Amino acid sequence: MEGTLFNIFAGLTLLSALMVAANPFSRNPVTSAMFLVTTMISISGLFVLLGAYFLAAVQILVYAGAVMVLFLFVIMLLDLREAARRKLNLISLTMGIIAVGALFLVYKSSLESTYGEVPQQHEVAANTAQAEVNPTKLVGSTRALGQALFSKDNGFILPFEMVSILLLVAMVGVILLSRKEPR
Amino acid sequence: MEPTLSQYLLVSGALFAIGLLGVIVRRNLLIIYMSLELMLNAANVALVAMSRFNGNLDGQVMVFFIITVAAAEVSVGLALIVALYRKRQTADVEDLATMKL
Repeated sequence: MEGTLFNIFAGLTLLSALMVAANPFSRNPVTSAMFLVTTMISISGLFVLLGAYFLAAVQILVYAGAVMVLFLFVIMLLDLREAARRKLNLISLTMGIIAVGALFLVYKSSLESTYGEVPQQHEVAANTAQAEVNPTKLVGSTRALGQALFSKDNGFILPFEMVSILLLVAMVGVILLSRKEPR
Repeated sequence: MEPTLSQYLLVSGALFAIGLLGVIVRRNLLIIYMSLELMLNAANVALVAMSRFNGNLDGQVMVFFIITVAAAEVSVGLALIVALYRKRQTADVEDLATMKL
């Protein structure tokens, strides 16, 4: 059951991410934005499978809600239909695919040398650290995450306050940047 | 069969590679920005998977902070793109190759 759900969500994530980055059918930025929404929702499905329920909700609220509205708003504001008709440079396309593919293969082989071959995970897992921890135990519920965030001795209270200042600074900066007449 | 840690990390690496491909290949500033978001989310998936399989919640707390910072970063970046578009009337990186405004 969980394996099937993982396959569905992982496949949907990678497919719609590919549609965002290199859609062969449409060059329209709005299409990319819509596929980005699908990617974010499937990533939050992966978070649910990993037991991070709070982060799954935050992912949908922040990315599929706030960030995508911002993206769509800017796309509509700029009216990019003219740029959509340009052709991709074939040389840069092939070089990009070769470079990124090589990087991914290096990553994959390093992963396999660390955790063993992917199909034979169960035999190899016996002598790695991950076999000792029961993976079904850890659940990132709102209560558990809040206690980890705000606990007195080893919490993240100072980073939390710094993030709030960062959000304030970002807000002031955006207002300053998007003013009509900079003085 | 339950998915293993290396499967999650493989998905995360593939997502990062797709995002990097978008940054390299595409010429539209907004789509480059969306691909950057994909790369950030690939890191998030890796962090949550590591947190789950090592039994430590700190990874999820870090993802929480990453999502917050990414939201601030998106708002500032999009404001910059809009300001640049007002000056130059283009969002194509081929046309934005000079440092002079």
